[in-house]
Amino acid sequence: MAMLEVHSVKKSFGALEVLKGVDLRVEQGDVVAILGPSGSGKTTLLRCMNFLERADGGEMVFDGERFPLERISKKDVARLRRKTAFVFQNYNLFRNKTALQNVTEGLIVARKMPKGQALDIARRALAKVGLSDREDHYPSQLSGGQQQRVAIARAIATDPEIIYFDEPTSALDPELTGEVLAVMRELAREGMTMLVVTHEMSFARNVSNRVIFLERGAVVEEGDAKSFFQSPREERTRAFLRTLSGEEHTEKESET
Amino acid sequence: MTEGLWSLLVDSFWQILLPGLTMTLPLTAVSFTFALIIAIAVALVQFARLPVLRHLARFYIWVIRGTPLLVQLFVVFYGLPHVGVLIDAVPAAILVFSINEGAYCAETIRAALESVPPGQMEAGQCVGMSYLQVIRRIVLPQAMRTAFPTLANSLIAMVKDTSLAANITVTEMFMVTQRIVAWSYEPLALYIEVGLIYLLFCTVLTKVQHFGEKKLQTYGYQGG
Repeated sequence: MAMLEVHSVKKSFGALEVLKGVDLRVEQGDVVAILGPSGSGKTTLLRCMNFLERADGGEMVFDGERFPLERISKKDVARLRRKTAFVFQNYNLFRNKTALQNVTEGLIVARKMPKGQALDIARRALAKVGLSDREDHYPSQLSGGQQQRVAIARAIATDPEIIYFDEPTSALDPELTGEVLAVMRELAREGMTMLVVTHEMSFARNVSNRVIFLERGAVVEEGDAKSFFQSPREERTRAFLRTLSGEEHTEKESET
Repeated sequence: MTEGLWSLLVDSFWQILLPGLTMTLPLTAVSFTFALIIAIAVALVQFARLPVLRHLARFYIWVIRGTPLLVQLFVVFYGLPHVGVLIDAVPAAILVFSINEGAYCAETIRAALESVPPGQMEAGQCVGMSYLQVIRRIVLPQAMRTAFPTLANSLIAMVKDTSLAANITVTEMFMVTQRIVAWSYEPLALYIEVGLIYLLFCTVLTKVQHFGEKKLQTYGYQGG
């Protein structure tokens, strides 16, 4: 049985139908990359799955429990959020808290953990993302890459069953994406279950084990990462991958 | 300047300063504290879009900001006794100043709450905090820091507004000055003198504000 499944997730903003009934399955230990052109609904899907947006329809099965997405109770939302973590595109670190406090906040306040224990966990989490020497820095004193690593530390500290990543490197300067991707690779290696909306093809290709290609609010193709990139079945997937490799070429040319 | 006028000004300085320290400032401090409590509640009710309460909040702000403070003082002190509600002058002044200032500060704090990026709330909820926990620990502290200079401004304005309480028999600085003018017939010198004492109070508060803003430049932000 899959750890997490969603069925026919639907979401519209006004007249715009952003998700037209998306299915998704995540097994424990999976690193699933969600790819797709901008406006395809990737981010909305992820936000619906953590109830930052209320879906108009669909169902979630989490650890065998069923939840109707459009009328899930507040209590269930709170319970599910305690099993998950979310890493935002623009980090969203608490601006009035230091790096260390950003990590302990969810432990002490939301989980009522004793302060000493929370500090231990937070220090370990910050060490893991390589920021032990930045504990007392406020977000405004950190680079984008460092902020995103603190955000990842904040996510792993709560010992989630799955971490959702919403384009975690898109807001970063190109030279800073590497440090964040390295941390994510390490997490994947340790068996963390991750659902990653991304534009980083190298990450999708080399780190994720499954890929879902979304276009205009529907899944076009999904499969294991190797065959997705080596032998995509759908013409639209091939077209998408061609545009991307084209972009990569032009980027490289313009750099030289 | 005649010697008589000089000694009048020196004597009256202490006579005016004393109610300034024992009435004007405490009246301001107490009223402003209540005003802040009212303002935070009224701002949060609107920020959280609570169904009925937010309309009550808008109504409260509409009425209070749309009527003169002096009229509000008269309604409470001279008007309410006609329907059997008797409130002493000082409590009446505190009541009116708190409610009046609360309406203005509520708008300041509401604007500051809305300037906090929505991602702060989302991140808080994603780490498992409840809506109220995020408000209390993340959103409100950031908003209060943003609102601080404007709130300090309101506090300074309030010091001067307390002079209106003289009209409902509160013995504060301005009332004492009027009494001295009544027997000394030196309105120009004495009203300038009381004005200077208000200026002195506000200068000190401005210094405190600047000091406070420096202290609040934490969170790692540089500059003002």
